[in-house]
Amino acid sequence: MGPSIDEFFPGAILFAGTPFEMNRIMLIRVLVVIVLALIFVLGTRNLKIIPTRGQVALEFAYTFVRDSIVIGTLGEKDGKRFLPILMTIFFVTLGMDLTGTIPLLQIAGTSVIGLPLLMSLLAYALFIYAGIKQHGLKYFKNALILPGLNPFMAIFLALLEFLSTFIVRPVTLTLRLLMNMVAGHLLLSLCFLATQFFFFTVLAGGNPLGLLGIGTFAFGIAFTVLELFVAALQAYVITILTAIYLSMAIAEEH
Amino acid sequence: MNVVGQLAPLAFGLAAIGSGIGVGIIVGKTIESVARQPELQGRLQSLMFLGIALTEALAFIAIAVAFIPFPKP
Repeated sequence: MGPSIDEFFPGAILFAGTPFEMNRIMLIRVLVVIVLALIFVLGTRNLKIIPTRGQVALEFAYTFVRDSIVIGTLGEKDGKRFLPILMTIFFVTLGMDLTGTIPLLQIAGTSVIGLPLLMSLLAYALFIYAGIKQHGLKYFKNALILPGLNPFMAIFLALLEFLSTFIVRPVTLTLRLLMNMVAGHLLLSLCFLATQFFFFTVLAGGNPLGLLGIGTFAFGIAFTVLELFVAALQAYVITILTAIYLSMAIAEEH
Repeated sequence: MNVVGQLAPLAFGLAAIGSGIGVGIIVGKTIESVARQPELQGRLQSLMFLGIALTEALAFIAIAVAFIPFPKP
């Protein structure tokens, strides 16, 4: 029995049969939201000039997102405007990704398409809103039509720009996050299932080949560390891409 | 001889070759440019991520191909 795609669709636990049916992954998402809210409410309630250890960690994460992602891409003025929503996207994605490696939870909240889709639709609506707010309906003209071309090329390039801006962007934002998490989970469960098979079936049956389980276990640990890195990287990438799309939407016409 | 299985993983493998090479070139060139002009790092980094996002799109489309319900011959 290898790992399969069925692992991402476990049976219902709460409210089975109603539209609010909740399975394991949904409960993990609710848990992550509660933990995130608690961390931020409790962590920022009693700020001090001389910070405690928890406050230093929170401030480090906050200033990292603010300075190197948001203000670095959007600049001081626009960065401040879009800081709250970009911060939300970063920390929700990070929290949901990290559950993929936390023992006993061990499946990422972003490994079923709903949440990545929500994130990318949010980013999509955000950059179109920002563009329309900045330029009015001329935003679509700026986005599609490049100046100084003959009409035939202009139509051809407008089609291409439409495809890449309004269709490929949200699709790739969704699939990048989803597929990284799905592949990571399958890799981890393959390693640990192989370890269990080698130790408890092969080695217990008296076959010394079961010692191969030591190798698969080591790889499992290594891939767990890799998954931690991937979780942080995906949160960084989705936030910086949203920021870049925003900055392209509000830029002066080219 | 009959070969049974899916072609979709093969399609992903072929697509991954191209976008792998593409992402490698983009990141390599960005590192080169930052080495020449370290003060442009922030700007170059966001251009790099934009380029990676566009290049990677092909590999992601190849993943999605496996889930498109093509009619059986």
